[in-house]
Amino acid sequence: MLRLDAVSKRYADGTVAVHDLTLDVARGEVCVLVGPSGCGKTTTMRMVNRLIEPTSGRIVLDGRDVTHVDPVALRRGIGYVIQQVGLFPHQTIEANVATVPALLGWDRARARARVRELLELVGLDPEVYARRYPHELSGGQRQRVGVARALAADPPVLLMDEPFGAVDPIARDRLQAEFLRLQAAVRKTVVFVTHDIEEAVRLGDRIAVLRQGGYLEQYAPPRVLLGAPATAFVADFVGSDRGLKRLAVTPIRVADLEQPPVVPASATAGEAGAALDAAGADWAMVVDAAGAPVGWLTRPGLVPQPAPDPVPVTASLKTAFSRLLQADTGWVAVVDGASYLGVLTPATVHEALRRSVAAETPPGSAP
Amino acid sequence: MTEPTGQARPEPIKAVPVRHPGRWVGIVVVAILTAMFLHMLLTNDAFQWQFMFDNMFSEPVLKGAWTTLWVTVVAMILGVVIGVIIAVMRLSPNPVISSAAFAYTWFFRAVPRVVLLVLFGNLGILYAEVGFGLPFGEQLLGLFGLEGSGQIFGVDANKILSGLVAGLLGLSLSEGAYMGEIVRAGIQSIDPGQAEAAQALGMGRGLTMQRIVLPQAMRVIVPPTGNETIAMLKDTALLAFVPVTNELFFQLQAIGSRTFQVFPMLVAACLWYLSMTSVLMVGQYFLEKRFARGVQGRAKEKLLKATVPTGAGIE
Repeated sequence: MLRLDAVSKRYADGTVAVHDLTLDVARGEVCVLVGPSGCGKTTTMRMVNRLIEPTSGRIVLDGRDVTHVDPVALRRGIGYVIQQVGLFPHQTIEANVATVPALLGWDRARARARVRELLELVGLDPEVYARRYPHELSGGQRQRVGVARALAADPPVLLMDEPFGAVDPIARDRLQAEFLRLQAAVRKTVVFVTHDIEEAVRLGDRIAVLRQGGYLEQYAPPRVLLGAPATAFVADFVGSDRGLKRLAVTPIRVADLEQPPVVPASATAGEAGAALDAAGADWAMVVDAAGAPVGWLTRPGLVPQPAPDPVPVTASLKTAFSRLLQADTGWVAVVDGASYLGVLTPATVHEALRRSVAAETPPGSAP
Repeated sequence: MTEPTGQARPEPIKAVPVRHPGRWVGIVVVAILTAMFLHMLLTNDAFQWQFMFDNMFSEPVLKGAWTTLWVTVVAMILGVVIGVIIAVMRLSPNPVISSAAFAYTWFFRAVPRVVLLVLFGNLGILYAEVGFGLPFGEQLLGLFGLEGSGQIFGVDANKILSGLVAGLLGLSLSEGAYMGEIVRAGIQSIDPGQAEAAQALGMGRGLTMQRIVLPQAMRVIVPPTGNETIAMLKDTALLAFVPVTNELFFQLQAIGSRTFQVFPMLVAACLWYLSMTSVLMVGQYFLEKRFARGVQGRAKEKLLKATVPTGAGIE
């Protein structure tokens, strides 16, 4: 979909911002450019819509070399979400979002309908917000409007330049979740720039780690990046806690879960004791008639006690591990919807993580 | 009452307002001076109030006031247009264009308006005829061995470069230099990120300036432009030097000289300029309000924020 082919950017004073970079982004994929400041990640992104002209190389968008087309027309077909949002303060939210449709000459009714649709998509009520001015919105809301504006003309490609850098951590977390939800719905080809490796791991389908001077160190999915950093620079950049970060991108596998004996909530203490004896276990899970975990029991009382909040099977190992650390039982139940699947223990978390690292590590290389 | 027993209630605080003796002295002084001034206005015969009011609205004066108003408006419109062009030129990365704009500003700000107006009134000496056509037309055609001036049309310079047109030209060109600086300050006050955002969304340079930068710069441009307009209204009195005679101050003074009642007519001039300036100030207030849209800290929006909880349940 988007291909950077040996692209370089050299300034007149001799500094090289991007060095012979080749990068492929598949349709509907989120490519995160990450690296320390001065690594050329923003420069790389801006060369895609020609806010910065590459010195050499080709940029191919949908099979078309865009290095020589009219930049203004090109930009109207590429969504751009700007650092610090960059909304126009003198225009209403509606006018802001309708910027590109207006440039493309859509009629008013069509533009207006599109604005309503987009505001709803990003979770802002058009009745409330369309007529407001940007300063009347919170930072997080403004960022949503920024995303809506970039999506206005339904461009296939979206460029996002540290879009969540200017909001507080809580709003950022929410916006990231929102972005993933939105991306699942609109499936754009996204180039996303950030300096935050956590954000990259959370949002990226593939992550390109760049080093000062615009050298590409590694371009790989987050799991591979964290499990098998290609170079010392990448290992250092992803951090010594990359094992922990991996948790965020490793799913829960039902096969990994432990299966303690299960006792129906209607069972008597005698039946429960028999179940423990039969399994040779010292505790049992109690589930109700619908299969939802309601508690657990152990000797000597054999009375059901409340269990820690269960974790949905769709959650990442990170969420599950966090829940596990908070639980004083030493385990946490995993559920699919409401029904009980098994329990996660520190040993199973470790096992799952080790196996997924092994799966991505090429034989012979250091983990 | 649920007051704990055995504990005396604290006595009410005896608040004594801070005294400001200096203020009172000041108020008395101002009051006395005002009274003296009013007394002088009413009792001094030199004011000739009745005479003044009789002549203040005579036909030539009203015509003069009309001239003053429309010259102000036209000169300001031309000045703003020139100013925007000069400002954009000044900010051009091309050194030839930006130095041309600098030279323009330098010249028209350095020469006093009176001198400029007299100069323009006498421009007819420099050009006998003003024409439009090929630059250096006569010389160019001569090179090809042709006769003629390459001129498309021409008019007698003394006809158009005298009186009002010369005055208007002088005032507008001079205003353009000042407005250029004001507009430049306004454009530079806008975060470069705004222009960048506009370009990233696919606006060309012209459109970015016209839709994004200038509308926002207006907030910075309008207040000093209001001052400029008021200054322009007063500077129309300089038209007399061009010379333009059907202008307000000249007319009032003429009545004064003819009737030997100079002072009342000067007071009349003060009142005329005061009232016209006041009208302009009202206009400026509404303009400023219009261009403050989308700026934080406006009273109306503060009120709106207080009554409607923004982002309830979303952020």
